[in-house]
Amino acid sequence: MQRILSILQGIRPEFDFASSDDFVGDGMLDSFDVVTLVSDLDKAYGISISGVDIVPENFQNIAAIEKLLQKYVKP
Amino acid sequence: MNLIFSHRRISGLLAVVPANERSFVDEMANFNFPPARSLKLKQVMGYDKHRIVDGPVCASDLACFGMEHLFDSGQLGRDDCDALIVVTQSPDYLMPPTSSVIQGRLGLKQDMFCLDINQGCAGFLIGLFQAFSLLEQPAVHKVILVNADVLSRKTSPRDRNSYPLVGDAASVAIVERSQDETPIYANLKMDGTRREALMIPAGGLRLPCSAETAILEDDGENNFRAQDNLRMDGTAVFNFVQVEVPPMIRDLLRTAQASMEDVDYFLFHQPNRFMLQKLADQMMVPYEKMPSNIVERYGNSSGVTIPMAIIHNLRERLLAGSIHACLAGFGVGLTWSSMLMRLGPLDFCELIDYQ
Repeated sequence: MQRILSILQGIRPEFDFASSDDFVGDGMLDSFDVVTLVSDLDKAYGISISGVDIVPENFQNIAAIEKLLQKYVKP
Repeated sequence: MNLIFSHRRISGLLAVVPANERSFVDEMANFNFPPARSLKLKQVMGYDKHRIVDGPVCASDLACFGMEHLFDSGQLGRDDCDALIVVTQSPDYLMPPTSSVIQGRLGLKQDMFCLDINQGCAGFLIGLFQAFSLLEQPAVHKVILVNADVLSRKTSPRDRNSYPLVGDAASVAIVERSQDETPIYANLKMDGTRREALMIPAGGLRLPCSAETAILEDDGENNFRAQDNLRMDGTAVFNFVQVEVPPMIRDLLRTAQASMEDVDYFLFHQPNRFMLQKLADQMMVPYEKMPSNIVERYGNSSGVTIPMAIIHNLRERLLAGSIHACLAGFGVGLTWSSMLMRLGPLDFCELIDYQ
């Protein structure tokens, strides 16, 4: 969770992502920020998030991002 | 819809780009975003340079410049043009067709077929289908397929969603009969229910241009564009491409009884580098077999990006020999299409600057 928060804050340092359950709805991430986030997550975890998974629902909050990453990151 | 052709070839390719080159860094100040965020986006999306027309240059200007170059260099005879297909979303006029404008300006013969097609990023393939079909006629020996767009003139400079990527360009492809019996496999799908994902709302008869349609509006993400401008629902288009294109390619290869390894190059339309690399990852195609270097050098010029990818990356190889190419275009309509064909050897393969 801390690693994801750190990545998010690197993209939009002006927001407190820990306090939101809807990053897109609360205006903290726009569609280009989501693209940047995917690129940063790909690099940080050594994965390639599939294009079909790049939909706003998968980046709505920390829990959604963690759930998405579980598909790609082996425990 | 599956399509199959044979005894057809592209015998020459020319691309024309405006000499006027702009850089994303220079244009960043137009966008209402902190420079650091824009620079990060530049890196991810491949925003760098794009070629756009300087002043009131039209699609027919780029096309005529290219065709005059072919006439002057002896690569095409003026009287050899039996059909002229022009694929554009930015016609000179609502009427007459831009193909008629080009025919008249170039002094081409009357005994020929002129046709406009309103298509965009899949337009190179749609144009090839029409060219292949016209060659069924014994009187048609050579079809000139022109793809041309000057969409920078319809894109708001304050729209970070579209402006950094847009490129103006034209291509001229010569399409002829061939002795080669190798089938050309293709497929095509269209979905008009999603037509608003990419559109210019005003300027037709449904919503004529007016003072109201020229007013800039915020799209909710600090991008300002009017109804006169190109509008792209970036999220919807990205999702459309990622969902529809990989299965389309798998279907094409299955029909052709070919494998991914049988394809030398995947020459796809280039909306942005991120989108193409995600497609390549999903299809498990190495990046070097799916070039994504046109959009960052010249911009996204709709139906011209495929011929430009061919010319920029494979010129020497195609002048000397041939490759097994998988082409794919996807965009306005929505429309998506792919083709598996032997490409080359070409009689000419050239990129020139429009001055």
